[in-house]
Amino acid sequence: MTLLLQVLVDGFVIGALYGLGAAGFTIIFGVSGVLNLAHGGVMVVAAMVAWMVAGGILHASLLTGVVCGVAAGMVTAYATYYLVVRPAQRSRRIPDEEREIFILTATLLLGIVIQEGIAYLFTSNPVTVPPLVSGVVHVFGVRTPTNELLIGVISWVVLGLLWLFVNRTRQGKAVLAASINPHGLAMLGFELPQIHRLVWGLYGLLGGVAGVLLATFEGASSGLVGGLTASAFIIVVLGGLGSVPGSLVAAYVIGFMETVTAYLISPAIRTLPGMVLLLLILYVRPQGLLGRR
Amino acid sequence: MKRERLMQWLRSPRLWVAALALVAMVLLPLWVSEYVLGVLTIAYYFGVFAMSWDLLFGYAGEVNFGPTFLIGIGAYVSGMLNIYTSVPMVLCIAAGAVAAVIAGVLLALPALRLRGAYFGLVTLVSVLILQTVIVLFASYTGGEIGFSVPSILSIDSGVNYYYALAFMVVSGMVLLAVARSPMGLILQATGQDPLGAQALGFNVTKHKLAAFCLSALFSGLAGALTIFYLGSVSVNTVVDLAVTVQIIIAAVLGGRRTIVGGALGAIFLIVAAEYLRPIGELSNLVVAAFALIVLLFIPDGFLGLFPRREARS
Repeated sequence: MTLLLQVLVDGFVIGALYGLGAAGFTIIFGVSGVLNLAHGGVMVVAAMVAWMVAGGILHASLLTGVVCGVAAGMVTAYATYYLVVRPAQRSRRIPDEEREIFILTATLLLGIVIQEGIAYLFTSNPVTVPPLVSGVVHVFGVRTPTNELLIGVISWVVLGLLWLFVNRTRQGKAVLAASINPHGLAMLGFELPQIHRLVWGLYGLLGGVAGVLLATFEGASSGLVGGLTASAFIIVVLGGLGSVPGSLVAAYVIGFMETVTAYLISPAIRTLPGMVLLLLILYVRPQGLLGRR
Repeated sequence: MKRERLMQWLRSPRLWVAALALVAMVLLPLWVSEYVLGVLTIAYYFGVFAMSWDLLFGYAGEVNFGPTFLIGIGAYVSGMLNIYTSVPMVLCIAAGAVAAVIAGVLLALPALRLRGAYFGLVTLVSVLILQTVIVLFASYTGGEIGFSVPSILSIDSGVNYYYALAFMVVSGMVLLAVARSPMGLILQATGQDPLGAQALGFNVTKHKLAAFCLSALFSGLAGALTIFYLGSVSVNTVVDLAVTVQIIIAAVLGGRRTIVGGALGAIFLIVAAEYLRPIGELSNLVVAAFALIVLLFIPDGFLGLFPRREARS
């Protein structure tokens, strides 16, 4: 019974964190049709900067560290967009029908550059940002670090704000419209480049928050870049590319499956059931759980 | 008419450049040290990885993030046969190649239904699953560390060099012949507009399947030969995603949709890694950044810098 509750609590937090990381990834795809394979890089850069400012090197306050970390995530997202994605989208040397695979390959390479850069600057040892709050609380009799619960709560608050932004503000509605019909939006007089700028900033923000939270929970290292990208990619495809609610459902499916596997079988194979599930789902329903085609 | 075409073919500068390069590679062992030969041997096997990948990426237009799934299966099946049975090495290598082809068919099945990024993800996941399975059955597979294989191709570095060179040249010629044949054209058409190709009456499924089998055959063979050259098999040398990235970099640097570019890129990459050794960890960063710049600014790679003859005809 305790084990079940433990799985539920851990799964809740991990699912929320995964959902936050994947939400930005799927929005970017929905609006600009780009799958950013440097996604893990955005998260790890945010985590590393937060650690550098708050913990390891500058010894500033935790809040400063968190803010700097999230800002670094946004800078990385913009750098990805302006230095890699846009040149690839605009290059006349790249044939149109190959643009998608070029952007995939280019962002993959950027992810490697970020990973190796971090490994060179900070070594590949994992770092941990100090927890946002200390202490433990008992949830249904399960000893849980307060920080872990706070991470779950913050993730959901940020996701709630994202929902409000997309559904209740003019700019957010424009983003939603851009993901449905960009040409129609352009005809209504909206500036598409401006919307892309907004969306990439939003993406950096979400990825940055997820990265910093991850660093206070499990720690972060350069070696995580590839794994984080793969897990976001898996979650987003499982949920249906471009669907934020789908990503959240998928994030929880993956989060709980990983937690159950880690507790019941072995932490070494925690990612295996999720990957097998993904393959099965892609065979049966290639558009994902809640995807539209 | 036929004679004229032969003369034209003989006059093409590309043929002479290729022939000169081949003669230079054959004569190389007369001058250079065993160490250089060792580096080039690895580079030649790596060239086959990259050329096989180019057949799928450049021609069939498939984002295959899982070349190491095929290479790894070929390497591990042949290696484990060698260590657990008394089957002769040649048969082990053949079995590895057959296993890789079966793996290629497995990989091709989703490719027939899924496009672009979805397929890319399936291939990525296939590598991660293979890696997890190898680690899970560590008592048989040696886990992350791998194991040594009892047999070895040769202990003489010159002999090893010629094996690798011959293998690369033969593989390259077969792959190039396929790519230049009508099948290569149909593959290109399929990659760029699958519906259009189908509407023209081409059997897309058959051609894609054939491309995957061919790519898998050479990937698996190269994987098996690599481990019998090195004398050991491990996740880091034949399965890890880092190897995949290196293969992609090699093929992109050399020039996609050229086949030969893959070999060129691989040799460049491996030799560059030797020169970059003094800067240590930074070398991976430099190579990836360089490949990124080439991808964005010279998308056709090194070979793209030379005018293409086909472009006119």
